[in-house]
Amino acid sequence: MSRIRLNALDPSFKHRVARQRGGEGIRACFGCKACTAACPIEAVDKRYDPRKIIRMALLGMKKQVLEGDFIWLCSSCYGCHEVCPQNVRFTEVMFAIKNLAVAEACIPPGLTAQKELLKAHGRLYEVSDFENGKREKLGLPRIVEHPEDFDRLL
Amino acid sequence: MEALLYLGCTVPVRNLNYELAARLTAEKLGIKFRDVESFGCCGFPLKSLDAFETLVVAARNLAIAEREGGEICALCNACAGTLAETAHSLDSDPETKAKVNERLAMVGLRYEGPVRVRHYMRLLWEEVGLAAIRSAITRPLDGIALAPHYGCHYLKPSELTVGFDAPDVPATLAELITATGARSVDYPSLKECCGGGVLGISEEVANAMAAIKLKDVARTEAHALVLVCPFCNVMYEGQQKKIFKETGLDLKVPVVYYPQILGLALGLSPQELGFKLNRVKPSELLKIVESLK
Repeated sequence: MSRIRLNALDPSFKHRVARQRGGEGIRACFGCKACTAACPIEAVDKRYDPRKIIRMALLGMKKQVLEGDFIWLCSSCYGCHEVCPQNVRFTEVMFAIKNLAVAEACIPPGLTAQKELLKAHGRLYEVSDFENGKREKLGLPRIVEHPEDFDRLL
Repeated sequence: MEALLYLGCTVPVRNLNYELAARLTAEKLGIKFRDVESFGCCGFPLKSLDAFETLVVAARNLAIAEREGGEICALCNACAGTLAETAHSLDSDPETKAKVNERLAMVGLRYEGPVRVRHYMRLLWEEVGLAAIRSAITRPLDGIALAPHYGCHYLKPSELTVGFDAPDVPATLAELITATGARSVDYPSLKECCGGGVLGISEEVANAMAAIKLKDVARTEAHALVLVCPFCNVMYEGQQKKIFKETGLDLKVPVVYYPQILGLALGLSPQELGFKLNRVKPSELLKIVESLK
């Protein structure tokens, strides 16, 4: 790994993370790595390492964090959350980091597609007459979409 | 007791067997479900984009439940987790609640709270109880072995599930399985995540995670893997064929929903419980049930 030049980094980044909803816990991390040890993603893909992400954020490696593919690999299983002795709530910190990445326009394509679906149908899957027909055959009530609220709320 | 049935996005479209079995078993055990047509997405899919929007979309459902005057019963771990977490956030933080209500006012809704949110399994555990379930069993599932899978948001974050179950030593699903007369089988990766949360980002990572449990369960004597979440189902049932093909293993792990198992023990037929819709057929299990008649 190449040497990190602190002067080239953004020391305010950690404060931005901490100001996001759910991000405040990053201040409490003392680097014990329990999160990484508990992480099922890290166990199969070393690109995703919770403690490393925290250290990168604290050092101010804003670009590397927000533009990194690895931040989208969190499965939000809350394994890290349960083992953390400092109550960092790292799963929530990850959501805060991803929300910042979205604000900087580093968004994986699938995520915005889901939002569009919600605005159009109020649900992740469109419920057409075909689906309702299947439901009726099994004696289940029809599903009625209510997209109007979602279009206004989002 | 009565609860507002919250189906979420996935169950009513892709997991009709789960919905059928949940409705039938609830009816048998004295839980009255009320359908609410205007419930929509729980908000979980938006959390990576904007955590505040998740609160707003989740609170929309909570406000509707409040208007209907009932508590919510969800079938999906992610829905139950997101709605319960949102209720917890809004009930404990008046400032956030005010901000969310400002947004909800745009659609004529308001959340005062509290509104209680529980997973169907938690209702079975807390409202019906093991003793009442045991005494309602008409066809004990003798000779059937089942591997439980709880799923992450069933147990975590633990501040939402305290008093119900514990993420380090989960027990409720195993005990609910045992209550049907079946045997609950332990296995090394019992507490592992299914990987469903990253399927949309990396199928390779998600499949590698699901493979761990599928391989473990295939090595046990379990007749099926028992789930309580449609997201987990996407991985263990939907992706199973591909996972075993990729790993070069000639294995098959039948996947069922807990209410289907409970329904069998309550005397309901496999047809009523939607077993036709299970894609990895639990043939051996159903053969044993047939012989129990």
